[in-house]
This record gives sequence, C-alpha cells and structure tokens, in this order.
Amino acid sequence: MKHIIIFIFSLLTLISCQQKADKVVKELPADSIFHLTSDWQNQNGTSLKLNDLRGKTLVVVMIYTSCKTACPILVADMKRIEKSILEKNLDKISLVLVSIDPEVDTPQRLKEFANTGGMDKAHWVFLRSNEEATQEFANVLSMKYKKISPVDFSHSNIISIFNPDGELILQEEGANINTQKVADKVNEVVEISSKE
Amino acid sequence: MKSNYIVSLGILVSLMISVGSCNKQEPTLLVTPKSSHTDITPIKTDVKMLTITGGKYLPFYSSDDSLVKVETFLIDEHPVTNQDYLLFVKANPQWRRSQIKKIFEDGNYLKHWVNDTTLPVNSNPQAAICNVSWYAAKAYAKAVGKRLPTLDEWEFVAMADTDTSNARSKKSYSDNIVNLYLEKNRQLNPVKQSAANYWGVYNMFDLVWEWTDDFNSVLVSGESRAGEYGDKNLVCAAGATSATDVLNYAAFMRFGLRTSLKANYTVNNLGFRCAKDINH
Repeated sequence: MKHIIIFIFSLLTLISCQQKADKVVKELPADSIFHLTSDWQNQNGTSLKLNDLRGKTLVVVMIYTSCKTACPILVADMKRIEKSILEKNLDKISLVLVSIDPEVDTPQRLKEFANTGGMDKAHWVFLRSNEEATQEFANVLSMKYKKISPVDFSHSNIISIFNPDGELILQEEGANINTQKVADKVNEVVEISSKE
Repeated sequence: MKSNYIVSLGILVSLMISVGSCNKQEPTLLVTPKSSHTDITPIKTDVKMLTITGGKYLPFYSSDDSLVKVETFLIDEHPVTNQDYLLFVKANPQWRRSQIKKIFEDGNYLKHWVNDTTLPVNSNPQAAICNVSWYAAKAYAKAVGKRLPTLDEWEFVAMADTDTSNARSKKSYSDNIVNLYLEKNRQLNPVKQSAANYWGVYNMFDLVWEWTDDFNSVLVSGESRAGEYGDKNLVCAAGATSATDVLNYAAFMRFGLRTSLKANYTVNNLGFRCAKDINH
C-alpha cells in the first residue's frame, strides 16, 4: 500500500513536471517569420537576424528613405500608431521599418532618417539587408515592389503586425491605413502575450 | 520481502529521474530554429542549359515604352521534372512535405505525392513538378547551383516562336499560345514532347505556368486590362505601368496570374525552370 502511494506520488511529480516544461519550452511556431535566417543590419550598423527581434510585438512596414510619395505617408502612419500605443506597452513592441532599397539605405542613412524624423527611441528599428533577403521578406509580407528608375520604386503599402513569436496577426493595406485599429490590435497582442 | 525492496528501489529511481529531467528542462526559454531552410545540400541533375543572347526588349508592362536590357544568360531547356525534384527532397529533408515550415507553403505543398519521397501514382517522372511554392523553387535552384529566371529574362525567351527570337508582331504568336493555354491537364505530360523555340527552349507555354524570381514586381491590378492604370490608392506610382501590347492575350493571362500569386502559394499547374548567369 505504501509503495502504491509513493508510486502515485512520483507519477504526479512527473506529470506536473511535464506540464511545467510545456509552458517553459516554447518552440518557434511553424508559420513564424523567425524561420527566415537572412542577415540584416540595423540603423546602428549592428548585424542581426530576424530572430533577434523575437519576444516583442512587431509593427512592420517596408519603405525606402528617398521616396517622396507614399512612404512619407506610411512613416507618418507608423508615428500615429506609436502615439496610440499605450505608454506601458512601448517597451514590449518594436516599430520596424525595412528598406526596399538597401543599396541607398545604408545604416548611416537610416540612422539619419530616424533622427531627423523623430524616430530615435529604442522601439524604432530600421533594417536593411541584401536584395535577395529583401525580396524574400517582401514576399513573406505579400508585398509587391519594383524598381522603376534609378531612384524610385513602385510598391504596395502594407503595415503588418506580428506577435512576439513572429506569427502574422494583422495586415492593413492601402493609402488610408486605419492607424487606431492597428494600435488597438498591438495593445491587444501585447496584453495577450504578456499573460502567456 | 526482497521483491518489495526491489519495487521501492524502482520507485525511488523513477522519482529521481523525473525530478532530474524537470530540472534539466527549466532553463530553456526560447528555442531558436535549428535546421535552416537555407542550408541546402547540393544535388546533380543533367538538364541541358541554353545560352540566350541578351538584348533590349519592350516589356509587356512598361512605364514609358523604354526598352529594358537583358544580359546574356543560361536557361534550362525544360521545366524542372518530378524526377529531379524528388532528388532534391531526398537530399534535403527540410523541404519534404512533412518537414517544410508552414511559412514557406500554403498547406498544399506536394499534396499530390503519395508520401514525402514517392511521386504520385501513374505520374510521369519526366513531367514538370507542380504544387511547389516560390520558396521551394528558390531552394531547389540553389541546390543545383542555379537561380530562378527574372521576369524579364523569362519574358525575353517567351517572345520567340519556332523560327524567330521575337514573334510578338505575328498574329499567329498570341493565338497559338492561347490555344495551348486552353488545353486541359497539360501539366501531366512529359517535357520535351513539343517543338523547341528559336533558342532551343522547350515547353515555355504548353505544360505549366512558371515561377519567376521577381514575380512580385508586377503591380498592375486585374482591372487594368485595357492599358488603364492600376489602383493608385493601393500602390505607389502604379500609374507608371500599363500594357504595351494589348492584343497579347497570353501575356495578359501570365501577368494576371503573377499578380494573384503569393510566394507561399502552391498551384497544381505552376512549376518552374532554372537559369544561371553566363560567367559561372
């Protein structure tokens, strides 16, 4: 009888232990953008992988800094989104601007763009890579773009939200993006993922 | 009495193991991806490649009727076959149906295969591979030391009929292609059964649609068929592109398909062929 009790006790320990382990070990979801292993540089010239952005809710847009038409609108949208994200959530998110023109958008240029645009806080991340990785990343966002002259691109306007595991949560497309809707969703995702 | 002793010893050991394993698992917080989709094991295939002498051409969609230069390059004489794709997944388990990461496909990748490494029943090993995403096509190209052709390269080759490198002005050119496009289940036929074009390239039109490297550079919307502009609200500078050759229905079909594709899509009559720079 005594043995049976000890046996059940040990079994319980084992089960409770496994449950705990399930919660602690977090495999990357199969549809995560962090499966992309391309090399990137940020506005400080630091080399990184997309996986280094893991752990924060991401708001992502692709732009190029010399753009005079749609990109300034997209950048303004990103700033509006920033303003509508709750203060307490700002250290749990990253606002990520990815260049579609890596040749021109060097880390220095991105840094300048960030500073002059008032996007110098820690939650602003500017990324550039090579053409191949940029194209792959654009495809992950279902974003279309084409170089139409030595200085200009035509491109679709898409703002995307990814949860801290890199899963796509929401995409807003077009010239009049509802930034409040995006910010609300970001706040919601931060809330959900901090409970997990 | 002795057996009781053994039983309790067993319990004690199992208890220790369970506690031990518990401790071991705790520090792991985030598991980073291990086998990378970009770590590709090379394979060898014997597909003949043909030299396409470069030149300038008028793209089907052009901003200002300016010609685009295509450098001389090499292209596979036929689309990648079932047999060759099988070699690729055998050498690269991460690209097998059961292993591929969900972000690189739409749930239907190689869905017609019997299992991870068995071609569909009654399929011809020499037929073109289909139901592969753009990511998978890119990975295959890497494995054979090649790349996907650019849209301009593909369209440059596609201008040819059997006897000229640019047959676009011939009335028969577009009509013939549209007729080929209308044939059903043509994707099941083996490659190289029809006539080669001017360059010696087979099956540009008669078997499958083909991925190109920059398929996502087509920004026109489906409604812009009469040379009208795309949705300017959706794309920056969309008005910069319009069709140059409005009677070329076959090209409208190809570009229509390309605009509707996403890189993770798999389609049962969409395959690909590879290309290569000439200096390699």
